[in-house]
Amino acid sequence: MASRVLWASRAASYLRISTFNRAFSTVLKDLKYNDTHEWVKVDGDSATVGITDHAQDHLGDVVYVELPEVGSTVAQGANFGAVESVKATSDIISPVSGEIVEVNDELSNSPGLVNASPYENGWIIKVKLNDAAELDSLMDFEKYTKFCEEEDAKH
Amino acid sequence: MRGGGLLLSVTRRLSRHFATDSAPLKKTPLYDFHVANGGKMVPFAGWSMPIQYADSIMDSTVNCRANGGLFDVAHMCGLSLYGRDSVPFLETLVIADLAGLKPGTGSLTVFTNENGGAIDDSVVTKVKDDHIYLVVNAGCRDKDLAHIGAHLESFKKKGGDVSWHIHDERALLALQGPLAAPTLQFLTKDDLSTMYFGEFKMLDINGFACYLTRTGYTGEDGFEISVPAENAVDLAKAILEKSEGKVRLTGLGARDSLRLEAGLCLYGNDMEQHITPVEAGLSWAIGKRRKAEGGFLGAQVILKQLEEGPKIRRVGFFSQGPPARSHSEIADASGEKIGEVTSGGFSPCLKKNIAMGYVKSGLHKPGTEAKILVRGKPYDAVVTKMPFVPTKYYKPPK
Repeated sequence: MASRVLWASRAASYLRISTFNRAFSTVLKDLKYNDTHEWVKVDGDSATVGITDHAQDHLGDVVYVELPEVGSTVAQGANFGAVESVKATSDIISPVSGEIVEVNDELSNSPGLVNASPYENGWIIKVKLNDAAELDSLMDFEKYTKFCEEEDAKH
Repeated sequence: MRGGGLLLSVTRRLSRHFATDSAPLKKTPLYDFHVANGGKMVPFAGWSMPIQYADSIMDSTVNCRANGGLFDVAHMCGLSLYGRDSVPFLETLVIADLAGLKPGTGSLTVFTNENGGAIDDSVVTKVKDDHIYLVVNAGCRDKDLAHIGAHLESFKKKGGDVSWHIHDERALLALQGPLAAPTLQFLTKDDLSTMYFGEFKMLDINGFACYLTRTGYTGEDGFEISVPAENAVDLAKAILEKSEGKVRLTGLGARDSLRLEAGLCLYGNDMEQHITPVEAGLSWAIGKRRKAEGGFLGAQVILKQLEEGPKIRRVGFFSQGPPARSHSEIADASGEKIGEVTSGGFSPCLKKNIAMGYVKSGLHKPGTEAKILVRGKPYDAVVTKMPFVPTKYYKPPK
């Protein structure tokens, strides 16, 4: 998880649990990933965004998701909402830029979908992409899997 | 995801107080035991402590109230005062009526400063007239010991008969929940059914010489057990075994949720140097005789607040939207600031947002509607009586 100030990174690092008896998180092959643990699934110029299994596992039980407005714009690397667990608030960083065409209203009633189904029913926003070239700067599943392993090994 | 606040209330405050990032973390006698049991270790007040184990903070919190939780609180500081003048000495530093306490009983108290503000909160027990046992917060250890030590020196210079001993040879465990007493009963011959909330005993538990207090930080029935440090792991194992796994090792994450649900203050969040016990809603802890006589640091300020009423008061809130967190602004319906949240989170047992904060007097009555600002947006909130979850303290039959 990225950090801007020391306390946030320390707080974020507390979310990193020892890998003592935890199975590896699922990483899906046809998605792309950023280094703050969001995924994007592209379909033409339309993209669906959510947080990864690795992220939800570290976050714990999600109790609230702050969703952006339909029609607002997101920019790659900027935050567009937040996910709250019992003890922590985490910004959601968009892996792509574009216009938000749909948000997952189900999350208002069932924030736990993010934990139960991070890649399917726990999707967060759907975006009309501005610039498909942005996807090149994202990680594929192999790079992301390695990235997670390296991050977990540091703690 | 940018992590913005795991235990924000605790860790951010602590990173301000304890800039000792480079100093090695202290370990309790249970450190290896925690790791072996899946404990996720985090820095806390200079110690490496388990924030949770394999189960989630939510499950852990619910389990403590349904069955029981065993907490390592050996990072907290236990100390004893001995000598004929133990009681009059400590009364100069705390608001409790220690002279009026029956031997073998204790209470929550507050160490005050000259402005009536809180230096720390503590559970203090009068073991007998010449022995007081107290436990103070880990995060305040150095500050408290310096404070008590300085006053002890001047008191002794004036001929007072009092000395102290810091119990670093002991470790503190907390056992909380409905199964606490039944489980502990397996391990001791003393009849726990006649030991009530606030009472203290020195007794053998599992063959170890323990100090037992029927108290806790969760609102549940339970105990704090001071055991010789070298026996701490064995005692923890014995407790978990006797409960057949129903009592689970529980970490600091759940501990914070439990105390918030119980409406209990966390020093550093809900109580600080500039907040008086009256403002914090702890006037009940000021002994009646102390209210008449004073004789503790900051008494003039506190007695005046008791007479005129404090300008701000600690209250509880239920709120909509995202959970309110420490430092969230509280506003009235027109948007004017009326206070600040000092602790907040999602209640695992009630499945709703709960928070504690301070508001201007007059706006503190239960049912008062307000707005809490989270990330710049106002959300509906209502002042609520605490505890949020009813307490289950073991009290004598009426």
